[in-house]
Amino acid sequence: MTLDLLPIGQRAVVTAVDWATLAPDEAHRLQALGLDVGARVALAHRGVMGGSDPLAVTIGRMTVALRRNHARAMTVGTV
Amino acid sequence: MTQQRSAALVGNPNAGKSALFNALTGARQKIANYPGVTVERKAGRLMLPSGEPVLLTDLPGSYSLTPTSPDEEVTRKVILGEFPGEPAPQVLVVVLDASNLEQHLVFAQEVIALGRPVVVALNMVDLAERDGLVLDPAALQEALGVPVVATVAVRRRGLTELAEAIAAAEARAPEHHRPHVDQTERRVTAHAIAAAAIISETAKHRLHSKLDRVLLHPWLGPLILFALLFVVFQAVFTWATPFADALEAGVSWLSVTAKDILPAGLARDLLTEGVISGVGSVVVFLPQIVILFFFILAMEASGYMARAAFLMDRLMAMVGLSGRSFIPLLSSFACAIPGIMATRSITDPKDRLTTILIAPLMTCSARLPVYAVIIAAFIPNRNVGGGVGLQGLVLLGLYVIGIAGAMVVALVLRRSVTKGAASGFIMELPKYQLPNLKDLLIGLWQRAWIFLRRAGTIIFMVTVVLWLLLNFPRAEPGQNQVDASIAGHVANGLAVVVEPIGFNRDIALALIPAMAAREVAVSSLATTYAVSAPDDAAVAVKLGDQLRANWSLPTALAFLAWFVFAPQCMSTIAVTRRETNGWKWPIFMLGYLFALAYIFAGLTYWTAVWLGLG
Repeated sequence: MTLDLLPIGQRAVVTAVDWATLAPDEAHRLQALGLDVGARVALAHRGVMGGSDPLAVTIGRMTVALRRNHARAMTVGTV
Repeated sequence: MTQQRSAALVGNPNAGKSALFNALTGARQKIANYPGVTVERKAGRLMLPSGEPVLLTDLPGSYSLTPTSPDEEVTRKVILGEFPGEPAPQVLVVVLDASNLEQHLVFAQEVIALGRPVVVALNMVDLAERDGLVLDPAALQEALGVPVVATVAVRRRGLTELAEAIAAAEARAPEHHRPHVDQTERRVTAHAIAAAAIISETAKHRLHSKLDRVLLHPWLGPLILFALLFVVFQAVFTWATPFADALEAGVSWLSVTAKDILPAGLARDLLTEGVISGVGSVVVFLPQIVILFFFILAMEASGYMARAAFLMDRLMAMVGLSGRSFIPLLSSFACAIPGIMATRSITDPKDRLTTILIAPLMTCSARLPVYAVIIAAFIPNRNVGGGVGLQGLVLLGLYVIGIAGAMVVALVLRRSVTKGAASGFIMELPKYQLPNLKDLLIGLWQRAWIFLRRAGTIIFMVTVVLWLLLNFPRAEPGQNQVDASIAGHVANGLAVVVEPIGFNRDIALALIPAMAAREVAVSSLATTYAVSAPDDAAVAVKLGDQLRANWSLPTALAFLAWFVFAPQCMSTIAVTRRETNGWKWPIFMLGYLFALAYIFAGLTYWTAVWLGLG
């Protein structure tokens, strides 16, 4: 399952990231925020006004906003 | 030779660096730009317990020493001593958010590994405790090998200890012996160090996520945001009125007093007609600017601004931008200059350029004097039902036209000159915090000072020059002074160009000096009508009455439409040139905005005439 499909509030761990589908800049940014293989994450918010973008992901004690296409590059597994 | 001691604050964004900087230096700070880039350089003086001063700088927040934005580039260069004209700070103070150690320790390790004198400020320990997290600074100090001081910047806790640690900081051997450590390894180490430093961790339900459940709610969230923005703009107008009235009374008292005590003559006229009525007509807008910035600073300090960006991301994505553009654009409602400077946090260059190009379409506070004077003079103060006034409605309309124009322009630009891949949106949503009053006041004072300095320099000079051009050569008896003057002749030439859109000679005359700054249009009109008045009794007639006597309603409406678009602000052009490294984009900006201004003023004028409003 990819991160964008994770049910809200369910804890998961990032098992693989398809960095090739992301712009190098954005990949670097996500990594700097700790979104990398092994990160423990949960989806906190999905979408505004009926849409499914953007997403808010909690990682550790931090919340990071990102778009669906970023989350789709991240495969998550159960903790 | 004794060299001045220096130190710099470094750390991830949202580590509470700025609050710590304010707490350590008080109001004794200097804000400037690093030469060649528009990254803000904040410097101040920290007093050591020994009484010795230390030059303290607050470096832009960074996630690593491998830069991904102009901000991070500056931080890296200053730390490494590679920034021209900026000696490397002797002591590096790494600021950590106590409740987010795992993340913040990644960058901290990178800085510590340089081997320079380092002190770690374990900041916001109170918020960590609120979240049920108890930390052991001694264990952290042990693991990192550098002094660690627990601080709460907003409560002024741990500041003396931090100053002592800065005074005692010593260099260590750089860790050359260690093999190249990469980001992933640092993250593993950070995890281990953070785990060892945590004494107890209770999973308290955090205030932060409860608030987010409401404020980031897919439907409730945007509703709250729009309600908040509505309150902000209402406040800008209603709260400011008593203060503006008082300032206005002060300005006219000054003018009357000057007339009474000074002997009649050109020098007195220069002072009353030029300086006092010119500069005074701009200074009265200080209260509105202060109120708008109060809300913007409070939204930023509380952590809500990032939520606003989250909520606006989808709308911004429709025109090819991201939620990140919302923050610079909202700041542009106060002034396009800090707005354009705030675009540097946008990582995508095409995104950033588009945001810069549309920033001047947000109704900045310099347009308020123009709008307020024209609306007060020409739009009847009538209630259109439900307690909504017609004047306020027209003003709201001008804001909306500016925003709609910006959205259309962004859409067109993203498909033409700034074409590129759709931009992404990645940003940390910081923890909520009650803004500290002192920090807010320092920020407000800095903005107000910038505005007053502009009024005292650019606007002062422009009004004086205009007054001189309006008064020389002197008119023959029976001739109107403005017609005889140099300015009058120049304006007659420009009037030919702007007549088709309903502008008269007086407007042409006001538009030229208003190139310096939009609000000068008001002071110029005030000066022009003061100079052309046949006697002192006529000078005393209010500007609004003068305008009604000389302008038709379609002309006034066209004038409003012009100022929605016209890029009449030298500082905006200058900051755009600096931000985009050349003249290409500022010239493009001037061209497209003047074209839009001309077209829309013309359309407004002829529609109004056709409707029989004139």
